[in-house]
Parts: sequence; C-alpha cells; structure tokens
Amino acid sequence: MSMIIDRRLNGKNKSTVNRQRFMNRYRKHIKKAVSEAVNKRSITDVESGSSITIPRRDLSEPVFHHGTGGLNQQVMPGNKEFVTGDRIKRPPGGGGQGGSGNGQASDQGEGMDEFTFQINHDEFLEFMFDGLELPNMREKQLHEMVEFRTHQAGFTTDGPPDRLNIVRSLRSAHARRIALSGGTRREIRKLKRELREMEVQPGSMDKDRADVIRAELKELNGKMKKLPFIDDIDLRYNNFVKVPQPSNKAVMFCVMDVSGSMTQEIKDMAKRFFILLYLFLQRSYKQIEVVFIRHHTAAKEVDEDDFFYSRETGGTIVSSALDMTKDIIEKRYSPNDWNIYVAQASDGDNWEGDSSVCSKILVNGLMPLVQYFSYVEITDRQHQNLWREYETIQDGYPDTFAMQQIKTAADIYPVFRKLFEKKEA
Amino acid sequence: MEDCPKKGEPQSSPIATGADWTFDLIQQYDSELARIAAEYRLDTYPNQIEVISSEQMLDAYASVGMPLMYNHWSFGKHFLSNQQRYQSGQMGLAYEIVINSNPCIAYLMEENTMAMQILVLAHASYGHNSFFKGNYLFRTWTDAESIIDYLMFAKHYISKCEEKYGVEAVEEVLDACHALMNQGVNRYKRPRPLSAGEEEKRQEERAEYIQRTLNDIWSTIPQQEKSMEKHTERFPKDPEENILYFIEKNAPLLDTWQRELVRIVRKVAQYFYPQRQTQVMNEGWATFWHYTLMHKLYDEGLIDEGYMLEFLHSHTSVIYQPDFDDRRFSGINPYTLGFKMFMDIKRICEEPTEEDYRWFPDLAGTDWLDAVHVAMKNFKDESFILQYLSPTVMRDMRLFSIVDNEKNAYLEVDAIHNDSGYRQVREALAAQYNLGNREPNIQVYSVDVKGDRSLTLRHFMHQSRPLDDGAAEIVKHIHRLWKFDVKLESVEGENVKKTISCPKSSEKDKPKQGALIGMA
Repeated sequence: MSMIIDRRLNGKNKSTVNRQRFMNRYRKHIKKAVSEAVNKRSITDVESGSSITIPRRDLSEPVFHHGTGGLNQQVMPGNKEFVTGDRIKRPPGGGGQGGSGNGQASDQGEGMDEFTFQINHDEFLEFMFDGLELPNMREKQLHEMVEFRTHQAGFTTDGPPDRLNIVRSLRSAHARRIALSGGTRREIRKLKRELREMEVQPGSMDKDRADVIRAELKELNGKMKKLPFIDDIDLRYNNFVKVPQPSNKAVMFCVMDVSGSMTQEIKDMAKRFFILLYLFLQRSYKQIEVVFIRHHTAAKEVDEDDFFYSRETGGTIVSSALDMTKDIIEKRYSPNDWNIYVAQASDGDNWEGDSSVCSKILVNGLMPLVQYFSYVEITDRQHQNLWREYETIQDGYPDTFAMQQIKTAADIYPVFRKLFEKKEA
Repeated sequence: MEDCPKKGEPQSSPIATGADWTFDLIQQYDSELARIAAEYRLDTYPNQIEVISSEQMLDAYASVGMPLMYNHWSFGKHFLSNQQRYQSGQMGLAYEIVINSNPCIAYLMEENTMAMQILVLAHASYGHNSFFKGNYLFRTWTDAESIIDYLMFAKHYISKCEEKYGVEAVEEVLDACHALMNQGVNRYKRPRPLSAGEEEKRQEERAEYIQRTLNDIWSTIPQQEKSMEKHTERFPKDPEENILYFIEKNAPLLDTWQRELVRIVRKVAQYFYPQRQTQVMNEGWATFWHYTLMHKLYDEGLIDEGYMLEFLHSHTSVIYQPDFDDRRFSGINPYTLGFKMFMDIKRICEEPTEEDYRWFPDLAGTDWLDAVHVAMKNFKDESFILQYLSPTVMRDMRLFSIVDNEKNAYLEVDAIHNDSGYRQVREALAAQYNLGNREPNIQVYSVDVKGDRSLTLRHFMHQSRPLDDGAAEIVKHIHRLWKFDVKLESVEGENVKKTISCPKSSEKDKPKQGALIGMA
C-alpha cells in the first residue's frame, strides 16, 4: 500500500542556507552589480529588489569535458536529404551539430553567458550600503542620552496602588507574622506540653495549675489572633526606573538651490543623492523626518513635490537656507532629542558676498547642532566660490563636515560611498 | 475514442472527472494502478507519495532531487538559476521527482490536475520505481535501503566540520571534490553497502588508521639507502581511475576530516553513477509504462476521455523530438528514444515483420511482457541500444550519423537509416551513450614518492579529442587536495600531447638539478 503524505506544510525554504552561501561567495560580484544598478535605476525604484547578473564564467563549476577537436561521431535525428557520403560544411564556431559530444556547447544558446537572479529589497540595500556607516553615531549614543525607557528594577515599599505586587506583599506579611508570633507560639507549645503531661498522669493532676494554663493559653491565642494578617509595612510595589536611551529619531534636512542655474537634470541628481541618504538613515533610525528647504535668494520650507519640481528663477543666496535650517532646528528639533543630518546640494553658484556669511552661520550656529553636514556640488565646471569657502570649514570639522563634487549621474553612488565610508577608528 | 466499452471487460464508471484532485482520489487511483501494475509483473519498492508545492519543488531541484543534502553554495546557485528561469517562464517544473530509495519517494506537485497526478503516479511510482528495483546496475551499485540514512550522516558530518573548521575550509575541499565527481566512481568494483551507524563507527576507526599508514608511505628518510631498488617502482602500481579514491587514501597532507569529505562526495557520486548510465532506459521504461497503464485505466473505464486527452497531450510533448536542424534541438530526447524502443520491442513480439525476424530472431513472436522485463533488467543504455535498436525505430526517427574529423574542413555523413547503414548508426549511437567515450578518461598515473611528491595524472585521449578549457581549473582543484605539484598529461598512444601543471611555476624552473638527474 502506498503512503501518501502532504508535505506542503513543511518549510519551503530549504535552499535558504545554500542561497546565502552563494551570495556570500560572490559578494564582490553582487556588490558591483548593485552599484551599477543604483546608477541605472530611475529615482523612484531605487529601493526595490533587483536582478543581479554575474558573468557565468566567474562562477563555473568545472568538470572534465571533451573540448572541440579530434575525431567526433554523432548520431542525429530527423534526416531529410542526406545520404551516406554527403559532406557538409562545418558550422561556424565548432558548436552546433558537429561540435562536442557532450552537448554543452550546442544546447546553450545566447544569453547563457550571464547568470541572472533576483535579490529582494533588503538584500539590495544591504549590498548597497555595505561597508558604509553613519558618522558620529556613537558619540551621540554616549553623550546625550535623553530619551528614556522604563525598566522594571526590583521592588519598593512605596508606590501607587496600581503597582502593588500581591505575591510579594503576602509573602512579606507571612514572614512578619511568623517573626512576630515566635515567642508567643513557643510559650503556647510549652504550656500545651505541660497540660498534656498532666492529663496522661492523672495522679499528679493539679486542677488549679491546669486552669491557670488553660486561661493563659486562651489569652495567648487571643494575642495571636490580634496579629494583623496584612499590614502597611508588608506592602511591596513594583519598581520601575527610567533608563536613558540613545535617541532613535533623526531628522534630515534637504537643502537645495533652485535658482535659475539649476536645471532639472541637476535637480534629478540631487534628488537621487537625497534618496540614497534617506534610505541609509532609514537603516539606522526608527523614525526619520525629512525637511525640505529650497532657496534662491530667499529660503522656503516646502513639501517634496514643490521641492523637486517647481521652477524658480533668480539669484542665489545660500545663507538664507542655512539660516532657516538653524531656525527650524531651534524651533522643532532639539539636538537633545534628534539626530540631525543636513544634506545640501547646489551647483555651487552663490552671490559673491554671501559665501562668507554662510561659513559664519555654519561655524557659529549650525555645526555644533548637527550630526553630519554633507555638501555636494553638482557641476562639471570649475569649483565655485562656495566650495572654496566650505573648504575652510572642512578643515575645522573634519569629522562632521564632508563635501564632494558630482559631475555626472554615474558619480552619485561613488560619491555617496565616499562620504559615508567606514573610517578606521 | 467512441468505442470505449470494448473487450467486454467489466465496465466501471470513471472514479473522477474534474481537474481537482483530493488525497482520497489519489489513494483510489493509486490502488487501481497498483493492481494493474501487479498484473504486468511490475515489482516495486513500497511507494511514498509526497505532495509538495512549487517552491518546495524548486528546493528539491536544487539539492539534486534528494530530500536532504549537505549545504553547499553550488546548490544555492542552481536554486537561484532555476528560480529565475521558472519565474520568468523560461522553464516549467518537472511534474515529478522520484528518488531511488526504499520506500521509493515520489514528489507530486500540488498544481497538477488530477489527470496529471495519475500520469505522474504511473510514471514515477510504478515506472521508475520498478526500474530502480529491477535493473542490474541499480541492484549492484546503489543501496536504496540506506541512501537517506547516509545523506543524513553526511549532512551532519559536514555541518559539524563547518562548525569546527569554518565554512570556507569545508567549501574548499567540497569544491575540489565536486569538480572530480565524475572521476570519483568505481566502475568495476561493487562498493560495500553502507548504513549510517556503521559509517560513523567506521569513520572513527579509519581516522587513526589512515593517519598511521599514510606516514608509512611518506616516511622515506631512514630507509632511503637500503631500498635503492624500490626507487624505480611506480606508485601506484597500476593507474587508478578513481581519482577521488586515490586522493582520499593517499593525499599526504589532508586531515582526517578532509578525507571524510572526499569520501562523502565519492559515495554520492557512486550513487548517481547508474542513473547517468541508464537515462534512456529509465525514462523510456517509465514512459512506456505510464502509457500502458493509462490506456489500461481507460480501457477499464476508470478514467474518461477528458483525462485521456489531457494525458495524451502531455505525453506527446514529453516525447517530442525536434529535428537536428530545429532551433529547439538539444540532442536526442532520452524519453523519445527509450519510449520508442520499448514500444518497438512490444511490437516486434506481437506483430513481427519479415525484417524483424531477420534482425531479432530471438525476440519476434515471443511474449512481449517477458521481453521488456528482460531488457529492463539486464542492460544499460549503451548495451540496450546495441541490442534492441531496430531498423524500424531508426527509420522512424530518421537517425543518421555524422563524422567530424578535425583534420577535414567538412563534416561527413557516414551512415543513414538504410540497409547498409543500420548497424553503423546503431553502433555510433550506442557509443554515444558509453560514459567511457563521453567523459575523458583520466587516471592517476604516478606519484614521485621519493622526490618532490608530485602527482602525475594522465588523460588517455579518445579519438584525439582534447580536454576543454576547464581542465586547468580542475588541476588547480586537485592541487588544493594534493598540496604538492600536480601535472595532467594528455596522452595519445605514447606521446604526451599537452601538459597542464599546477602550480604553473614548476614549468619555468625546469632546469633544476633534481629534474635533470631524474631525466638522466
């Protein structure tokens, strides 16, 4: 009799381990494919999964095979016009019908040179941000722990009724009763023994003494009964203490120049950069808020759509945006509660006299507040005056200030990697 | 199709008609199939039928169809490539996988329709199953009883090694062994049956013993003067074609656990060896029987025309053989060839022609059931084709043989399906299924025991066919196991045509003193 078993409920991911092994083994290849994908992706789906393509020869598992050449005989089906002795031109490439006997060459058409497979969203991000780290996170965790989480920490004798711990309270009441009644019970035992001895030896029965004992016993029992079952001092309450927690909230300021010189293309590049940063922050922080500030001569806080797509013209005063950032931080995002990241993108143009103002705002106001300030200049021209001004700031804050130049869309990801590269401690 | 109630058999109504299957229906059809199979004297292991989902099928694919297997990245690679191809629609999943074990495990996919489930049952649980139990290669070479136990042992052992020595160290050995898998089988000796418990005990005993004896082979220093005679003696005395076996027993620097890994891969290779030699027969036999059993079910009225049409549809696509000039052509379809040959044996027995009497005097007019059983039991692909491929089948498939000689600028048709060509085509086709021809013949030739311990392998060229480019990579793998210089010589007659060595540098500093003395 056959056995029929329903295995559908069994785990279906038996291959997960092997898949993981494979991915680890070809980490380098996959990382390369991911970086290429990041550059090619349109902005909106940068965080979905991806198909990864690796050249097949890099992951071949070799076995001994006959190569082409030598003498080969092969039987084929479907003869139509051949008769014995016919000579046929050798098909090019040596593959195909006359080729190797093992059939490997002939049954693999084009498209087999590449090995393609899917990785999911999480894996994609992991490879994308592999080897990167958020700068200065540790410092924040150690120094300014201002968010609290409550932990149970033993018991106290005092507290609100809702924290009363019944088991503990009854246990200490029990202990108290035992402790307080010790002497009395000892006396009772003694008297009872005496009484019993008198009862078993009727000869020496002393009636008066017995009465005295009985009266004493009665009194002692009454005393016992007066011991309170539970008393104020028995009560125990659950104790909670507040443990400071590193903040897991972050706010990201996207600051972008929308003056006339910024074309849609440049804005797209900036957007990609911002998205990368957002995804990266998302991996480290539970809660992230994004503030969009755009500026030309005046700065304005806007929503995402306006930020990327509305067109403005006019000159450029960068300091207006920095001022506004500082204001918003002071008003809404206390550095005690928030990890603050600022990413600024611009084509580098700024009104001549303004750059020095910018650096003043940064040094005096902004830099002490933020976790990290990154500036990307998206231009293929020479560096502009803002860049030179910022260079001096970078010298002052080598750990928290970073700047890079992006020339083409292909630079975005490498530049991003450079900004957040793990630094050897 | 209209004359359904024929042969006056007790006519019953179909057990089921819809597309949906239930466990109850599978059970009923299975017992009907078992009854009919017994009438045809199909002797099978007990069946264990497991219903799985398509994801599980992909998992099963990845671990060479086995229900459990040790972990290795290459299985992950196969899994990913199958998954990709399946999800993009380039590949359908097999309807079933069947495992040569006792009980014989067959996987049914939950997506199959009822008709397909019946077909798969007939094909796997009665066709393949009886082949596993009956064919001489499987009977002599594999242990259906203990394979699952052994794989369990292997999986545990390997994961223990991974814990102890690290995944990478284990993978390095396994990679090298996998490359040599085809060179890791005994072709002529029956391996000892194995059971997991024994295997574990034996493995411990062997661990010490090997370490002791190995030292003997290499402890050359004290007796060097005494045994000058022995210098000329080759080691190994006879060339050894089981390279993995040789490495397991003789590699000087392997740790015991590494030897055990070599052994595990060797055992697995040995288990699959008969399957590689009986592709045509095995599939042909299973196809022949699902065809026969399904028709019988229909004749008895247990399945209706709808099921029959669905069955015939998938049957014809299974045995479809594209012509050589078709874009879809990828060699001869073993299902087609095997199915046609078994059908033809039946035909020769039942309705022999004059030609059949000439070609198969012993077969024509005898009992067909006896004949197919004899064929199934006593042959492998090569000998099966040589014995049974009939002119009818050759004509039917329009087989012709082509010679491709490197020396000529053209290919030559040296035989076609006509009277003068039948034998030649048949021999050529049989040779094509001879593993000895198909795979390069590579043997351990000698070890420089007294010198630099280098290992020399020889590739005895078959019809001057060279090795493909992967060979250098494999030599590297062998070097990883042997840890001293490894050389692979391609030999034709007595001439060494090509040498691949690893490490490569040993080529360059050839004019070393030792080498010169050796040559003198």
